[in-house]
Amino acid sequence: MEGFLHELWIARWALGQGLLLTIAISAASILFGTILGLLVGVALAYGSWPLRWLMRVYVDAVRGTPVLVLIFACFYLLAFAGINFTAVESGLFALTIFCGAHMGEIIRGALQSIPPAQIDAGRAIGLTFHRILIYVLLPQAFRQILPVWINTGAELVKSSSLLAIIGTAELLFRTQEIVGRNFMTLEFYGLCGALYFLVNFCIERLGKAAGRRFALQ
Amino acid sequence: MTALLSIRGLTKRFGATEVLKGVDLDVNQGEVVSIIGASGSGKTTLLRCVNLLEDFDGGEIHLDGISIGYAVKNGARRRLRERECARQRAMTGMVFQSFNLFPHLTAIGNVMLGLVKVRHMSRHDARDRAQSWLGRVGLADRGDFMPAQLSGGQQQRVAIARALAMDPKLVLLDEITSALDPELVGEVLATIKALAKDGTTMLIVTHEMRFARDVSHRTVFMDRGLIAEQGASADLFRQPRTPRLAEFLGTANL
Repeated sequence: MEGFLHELWIARWALGQGLLLTIAISAASILFGTILGLLVGVALAYGSWPLRWLMRVYVDAVRGTPVLVLIFACFYLLAFAGINFTAVESGLFALTIFCGAHMGEIIRGALQSIPPAQIDAGRAIGLTFHRILIYVLLPQAFRQILPVWINTGAELVKSSSLLAIIGTAELLFRTQEIVGRNFMTLEFYGLCGALYFLVNFCIERLGKAAGRRFALQ
Repeated sequence: MTALLSIRGLTKRFGATEVLKGVDLDVNQGEVVSIIGASGSGKTTLLRCVNLLEDFDGGEIHLDGISIGYAVKNGARRRLRERECARQRAMTGMVFQSFNLFPHLTAIGNVMLGLVKVRHMSRHDARDRAQSWLGRVGLADRGDFMPAQLSGGQQQRVAIARALAMDPKLVLLDEITSALDPELVGEVLATIKALAKDGTTMLIVTHEMRFARDVSHRTVFMDRGLIAEQGASADLFRQPRTPRLAEFLGTANL
């Protein structure tokens, strides 16, 4: 135990930085992915058919691909295309693409589950379609997707560990480095798992509180 | 005197079915007109065309002298842009069979949305106006309730306030009591009677024959996409001229 605490003290900064990067990449990819997903979802629900078709190809292609493959694809394809992204940037890019496709599908579903009569009601008071979207449809869709959105957030935190493979110095990568030095496999992988759990536990708690706050009674 | 609403030769088809086969109808300022007829006769579609919730295939609708939905130039008709259509829709108010309140907004929020976003009133003025309309439909103390916390009759009265607060030139009511429990119908009809007394111009699609007879100045009977008969409500219900209307009123048991 004393040995572990000693090693933990030595590794504290590395672990802390890894954890911070994990949180930062997850948060950024949720943010960008949700913005992307919003555009994709609206296009899928209300776009013209060529746009819908294009978005459908994107969403289905990404959802049918393992995240790991997506991460490799982004890493190598971007380099091949002459775009010089760091490991962090290309990891963030891959997770955003991943999150955007999932959120797009979720938001499309939520929008299409709103009765079309709500659009009529908005039109009847003279709102243009984009205002109906902003003031009538999206607020209702938002309440519906909240639980699934939180889930996707937790999913992204877990998926971000895959970025270790392309050399992003996030939590798992840092843990691997530390274990490589002190060979305390069980202790440090256990700690790493506990930290992931802690982050997702907080996200889930936050989601529950937000769900209560925004629920339609 | 030119009519406030003037419909000429209106046609509308859904695929192969011709729902409206050339409807002509005028509604004067301050007049209350009821449209009755069997299901599928085109009543609701007619109303939805006036508020541009449906495109129509032929004919013209003029509201207060403005061509609704389409610009007609040298015989060619062109659909107006979304923004222009939205402006025209704001000239009419519509109340729906299924209320269609916005479930994420409070009662007063429902009434305020159009005032703030379409009429560009300040939130403060909009709140005052919405509150006064909630008062007129007898719901002054329900402003902060969510739609789900209100009864059907109350929800429909909020919907009426939402439509009327916009100060529309013409109010369209689409079977507004059909989704209500019988004991809640009265409160909604009383609200409409009060509006009629104040001179609100209304076009009402209804299955409540007694209401059509008592409240509207004129009643229009639609049959298979055409106006089969129309006249002053009192006369039309007492002495139908066409066998179709006589038959319809016979089954409606007044």
